[in-house]
Amino acid sequence: MTLTAQLPALQVVLPMLTAPLVAFLRLPQLSWLATTVASATAFGIAVLLTQAVLGTGTLDYAMGGWPAPYGIALAIDEFGALLLLIVTGASTIALLAGKASLDQQIESARQPLFYAGWLLALAGLSGIVMTGDAFNIFVFMEISSLAAYMLVAGGPDRRALTAVFKYLIMGTVGATFYLIGIGLVYMMTGTLNLADMEARIAEVADLKPILVAAGFITIGLALKAAVFPLHAWLPNAYTFAPHAVTVFLAACSTKVSLYVLLRFDFFVFQGNLERHDVQFAGFLLPLALLAILVGSLAAVFERNLKRLLAYSSIAQIGYILLGASCVSLLGLTAGIVHMFNHALAKGALFLAVACIGVRLSRLWVDDLAGLARQMPWTLAAFVAGGLSLIGIPGTAGFISKWYLISAALEQGLTGVLTIVVIVVSSLLAVVYIWRIVEVAYFGSRDAQSPPVSEAPLSLLLPTWFIVIANVYFGLVPALPVDLASAAARSLLGHLL
Amino acid sequence: MQLLGLYNYWVFVVLLMIGFYAVIAKSNLIKKLIGLSIFQAAVFLLYISMDKVEGGTAPIIQAGVPDQIYSNPLPQVLILTAIVVGISTMALGLAIVVRIKEAYGTIEEHEAAAMDSEA
Repeated sequence: MTLTAQLPALQVVLPMLTAPLVAFLRLPQLSWLATTVASATAFGIAVLLTQAVLGTGTLDYAMGGWPAPYGIALAIDEFGALLLLIVTGASTIALLAGKASLDQQIESARQPLFYAGWLLALAGLSGIVMTGDAFNIFVFMEISSLAAYMLVAGGPDRRALTAVFKYLIMGTVGATFYLIGIGLVYMMTGTLNLADMEARIAEVADLKPILVAAGFITIGLALKAAVFPLHAWLPNAYTFAPHAVTVFLAACSTKVSLYVLLRFDFFVFQGNLERHDVQFAGFLLPLALLAILVGSLAAVFERNLKRLLAYSSIAQIGYILLGASCVSLLGLTAGIVHMFNHALAKGALFLAVACIGVRLSRLWVDDLAGLARQMPWTLAAFVAGGLSLIGIPGTAGFISKWYLISAALEQGLTGVLTIVVIVVSSLLAVVYIWRIVEVAYFGSRDAQSPPVSEAPLSLLLPTWFIVIANVYFGLVPALPVDLASAAARSLLGHLL
Repeated sequence: MQLLGLYNYWVFVVLLMIGFYAVIAKSNLIKKLIGLSIFQAAVFLLYISMDKVEGGTAPIIQAGVPDQIYSNPLPQVLILTAIVVGISTMALGLAIVVRIKEAYGTIEEHEAAAMDSEA
């Protein structure tokens, strides 16, 4: 066995083992460095795994050498590889950029513990993506959630605490629902391995418990993924978290839950439950449309910059679900590509917010008045991220909107309604991004307020790196689109 | 009679609902956490119930002892993990309540919310 063969295990083990080491490092600088190196190495592993998946197809790895239905198997397919890239990439960029911002927001004595929590969140999220075992998903989900609660609670405002309490309650209820669902499936099939589960459900005569389990699992994961109307925890948790944490979590945490949701609904239940595709679409399509409209509308009227972007995230989760609930190759490709593209666009926006946050203590839209003259590069990055969020051609956001609308066109009459919603919501996105641009570029700064300088280079460079990635993947979308369409093909396996 | 015979599952459902009610309806953060704890404990009962095999004994294989009917050990192992997860969640939740008390001087959700809307 060479080291390459062990890469799937290392992806989780590396951040998980670095976490206690970082916690024992008493020096904040060193702990940041160790965390960033571990995260960057994890990203490197994710890139290697993606190459391997693109070359040879799904990678299977038996943990501890125990073969699949008995031991815990890791399985990485195209979908997983794409998510791994998002998770590890978001973590690395947020850490590289977030140093200055985190130094301001987290006391230096607590930083080593904070970074340890960060690594645990990273390990948990990567673990969810890779594992092929239903109960293992629960364990990793709770590792990442508990770590995420801790990271969010690190925010300087006391409202971070009430926000995180709500997040904890709703997250735990979601995870427990998921656990009930797994229990019911286990009762009927006697297995926890996802692939084995899929095969054995076919042998179960009475499908009612499986149907109930599908309900529990879908609702539980929808809570974790902040699917409308179960999104109540998200806006405040994103708003009051430290800026770098918002970058990390907004880019990947809800998407990982959506990934599990899609894997369950398509892999495990789709082929076995009668008319599951219709029920799935009928249940999630209206929610997706409502999420898009309500999220965008709330963002238009929101005055707090971070909460505005958080509401926009709820709308974007709606887009991902919308694609998935078309239950077609194009639709799923659109949803999955949008996971990647939204991570890029929202990553750029929240990074720009972190840049502003280093210089301003209050982040209401009105506080940005005239800021474009003092922080031209930051605001330019914000505008670029905003354009990608809206879906202007030439940016990553355009690619996912294009696929979404193509998918909707296949749907006939409901498709027309879908397209109307997409267009309206894109216009709303123009409105809420424009509000900020107007204030920042055409407003004038209070004469009394102290002068503001441009954000430090250590923050600006990663921000612009992501902005350029937005443009790059808007012009050359081959990598995410290839991965997403392969993922969609394997998800739809039973229906094609 | 079959419905009564499944009383474990009835207790599971009732406990689940009691816990869920407390989580939703109570404003006191500690009571919410108690509710969450009951909610999770209900699921432990579900798992423990499903592993019981009629007439089954503890799954310990010993030389010289004839083979018996064994209860399924796997759900017990699973739920041991879930209990650990539950304890960690509870510890973190209580720690957050302590900090909320320090920051707001109250552990009533609506009072804390009212203090923030004034500020």
